[in-house]
Amino acid sequence: MTMRDALNLALAEELARDSSVFLMGEEVAEYQGAYKVTRGLLEKFGPKRVIDTPITELGFAGLGVGAAMAGLRPIIEFMTFNFSILATDQIINSAAKLLYMSGGQFKIPIVFRGPGGSAYQVSSQHSQALESWYAYFPGLKVVMPSTPADAKGLLKSAIRDDDPVIFIEQERMYGMKDEVPEDEDFIIPLGVADVKRQGTDATIVARSLMVPTALKAAEELEKEGISCEVIDPRTIRPLDIETIVTSVKKTNRAVIAEESHPFASVGAEISAEIMEQAFDFLDAPVKRVSGADVPMPYAKNLEQLAIPDVAQIVAAVKEVSYK
Amino acid sequence: MSNQSGEQRDQAERASSSAVTVLDPPNKASASATQSNEIGEGRETLVEILRQMVLIRRFEEKCAESYSLGKIGGFCRLYIGQEAVGVGAISAVRKDDYVLTSYREHGQAIAKGISPDAVMAELYGKAGGCSRGKGGSMHLFDKTVGFLGGHGIVGGQIPLATGVAFASKYQETDQVTLCFFGEAAVNQGAFHESLNMAQLWKLPCIYICENNMYGMGTSLERAMSLQNVAQKSCAYEMASEFVDGMDVLKMRQATQRAVKRAREESLPTLLEARTYRYMGHSMSDPGNYRTRAEIEKHQERDPIKLFINDLKANGVISDDDLARIEAQVKEDVEQSVRFAEESPLPDESELTNDIYANPL
Repeated sequence: MTMRDALNLALAEELARDSSVFLMGEEVAEYQGAYKVTRGLLEKFGPKRVIDTPITELGFAGLGVGAAMAGLRPIIEFMTFNFSILATDQIINSAAKLLYMSGGQFKIPIVFRGPGGSAYQVSSQHSQALESWYAYFPGLKVVMPSTPADAKGLLKSAIRDDDPVIFIEQERMYGMKDEVPEDEDFIIPLGVADVKRQGTDATIVARSLMVPTALKAAEELEKEGISCEVIDPRTIRPLDIETIVTSVKKTNRAVIAEESHPFASVGAEISAEIMEQAFDFLDAPVKRVSGADVPMPYAKNLEQLAIPDVAQIVAAVKEVSYK
Repeated sequence: MSNQSGEQRDQAERASSSAVTVLDPPNKASASATQSNEIGEGRETLVEILRQMVLIRRFEEKCAESYSLGKIGGFCRLYIGQEAVGVGAISAVRKDDYVLTSYREHGQAIAKGISPDAVMAELYGKAGGCSRGKGGSMHLFDKTVGFLGGHGIVGGQIPLATGVAFASKYQETDQVTLCFFGEAAVNQGAFHESLNMAQLWKLPCIYICENNMYGMGTSLERAMSLQNVAQKSCAYEMASEFVDGMDVLKMRQATQRAVKRAREESLPTLLEARTYRYMGHSMSDPGNYRTRAEIEKHQERDPIKLFINDLKANGVISDDDLARIEAQVKEDVEQSVRFAEESPLPDESELTNDIYANPL
C-alpha cells in the first residue's frame, strides 16, 4: 500500500469510528484531494463530514480550533504546509495555548495535516521544511511519518489525541509503497521513536524523507564495514530523546540528517540534547546534515544540491568515524 | 433581510463622518424609550440589565484603582462607556449560548455569568481566578457559562467564534454564538475570512463590532477606508444592523433579532454598535490622541445615565431603587476584591500543568 492510501485508510477508519471527527480543507472533497489523500471520503461520509473550504487558511484553521473548543475533533488539511504560514496565528496563539490560558478548561483535539518538506521543482515558496517552527511551541505535538505503516498508525493516534497535532507528510513520499496493517485497531503511539535499522558503530537520526535516505546510506556504509543504527523519532515534539541517547551511548557517534535549514533546526535541538545527556559517550562531535541554507531553487541541479542526499550522509558518518 | 434600513444607514453615515460626532442628541436617542409602555420588558429584566451595567462600571473603576496600586499587572483594558453593548447583547442569549470576545472583556465575562469574584481573582493572578491565574485580564474563560475567552490578538477570536458556531450546527443544537470585537479588528483578514465562511455555510454566529472609534490611539478615519462597518456585510450578503451602542435596549433588541435569525434560520448577522471608550486603550495610555472635550461630549450620552433616565421616566425605578442597586453593587465589588486578596497564589506546580491534555 502507498503512503497516500495508508493515510486515506487512517482517515476513513477514524471518520467511521467517531462522528465528532470531520475533515476540512481546500479541495479535500469534490476534487478528491490535491494529492488524492482524501480520495473517496466525500462519497463515503458526505458533505457534512468532508468539507471543501475557500482558500482562506487563517479562517478555516481558526474555525477548526473553535469547533474543537466546542467539542468536535477537526482534521484540518493544508494543501501544503507552506500555506499553514498564513494560519500560524491560530495554530500558535489559539490551538497551542488555549488549554493553558484557560486553566485547563479547553482541550483542543485537532489535527493539522498535509504535505511538507521538499517538493519537486516548485521553487522557494512551495518547498520547505517548517517543523522546527511548530516544534518550538509547548502545547503543540509534531509528527512526521517515514513509512506507510507509520503514517497510518501515527495519524490514527493523532486524531484520537486530545491535543493539537501538526502532522507533516512528505510530498515526495506519497507514492512510497510498503506493507500496512489493515487492522482498524492498529495504532502507533505518539512520542515513541523507532529504530529503523540496528547498528553498532554510528547513530543516524533521521525523520521523514531523510529516513529512506539514511537507510540507503547505512547500506553503503555496511559495505565499508561501518554498522549504522538509524533512528526515526517519528514524533518531533515531544521528542523521544531517550531512544536516541541510548543509541548514542552504544555507538558513541551521531549524525543527524534533516531536510530543514540548519539554523535553529530540530537537528540543532537533538544535537544539543545529545551533548547534554551523552557528552562523555561521544567519540566525535555530533555532525548535522541539513538542507542548504538557501531558499529552495527551481533548477533541477540546484534543487538537488539543496536537499541532503545519500552521499552527504555517508560522508558525515565517515567524518564522525574518522574514516 | 440583508442590511440596514435607510434611516439606520443615515444615522451610521452621520455618525461615521467624524470621530467627534456624537451619535444623536441625548434626548432624541431615548425618545422612543421614554414613551410609556414602549419599553416592552418586564421590570425584573430591566432592573437586572441596569444592575449589570452599574456592576460592570463600578467593577472597572475598582480595577483601575487596583491597577494603580500594583495589585493587577500586565495590560488592563477597561470597558467603561461600552457597558450597554455587552450587557444588552448578552441579555438576549441563553446561558448555554456562547460568547467569545477580545481582551476588553471583563464586562462581557460578568454579563455572561462569571462571578466578579472569579474575574477579580484572575486579574490578581490568583488560584481562584476563572482561568486559575494563568490567563489574566485578557484571557478570562468559564466553560460552565459558555464564556470562551478573552483573546489577545486583534481579530483572533473571530475565526474561533465561527468555529464554535460551526460546531453547534454540526451537533444540531440550537445554540448561538456571540462574537465581540472592536472596529480595528474589522481591518484584519480574520474578520473577512470568517464572515465569508459564516454566510457561505450558514452558521449561527452573531458578529458584534463594538465601534468605539479608536484602535488604540488611531482614530477610525485614520484607519478605515469605509467607516460604515455594518455596510461591509454587503460583501458577504450577510444581514446587518447599525445599532446605537449607548442604548442598552436597542442593543438588546437588535441582538434578539439576530439571535432569532441564528436560532431559527441558522444565519449569521453583523451588528455594528457605535459606542465610546472613556478610559485609555489600556491603563498605560495617556490618551493624547483625543481631547477632554471629546470624551465629555460622549459622556453626555452615557449608557447608564440614559437608561436610568428612561427607567425613571417610565416609573420603573425610583431613586431608592437606584440607591439599593448602587449599594448592592458596591458590596459585590468590595467582596470581589476581598476574594481576590484572600485567594492563594497559584501553586508552583501550575507552571507546567495543562500544557497538554494528554501529556506523553
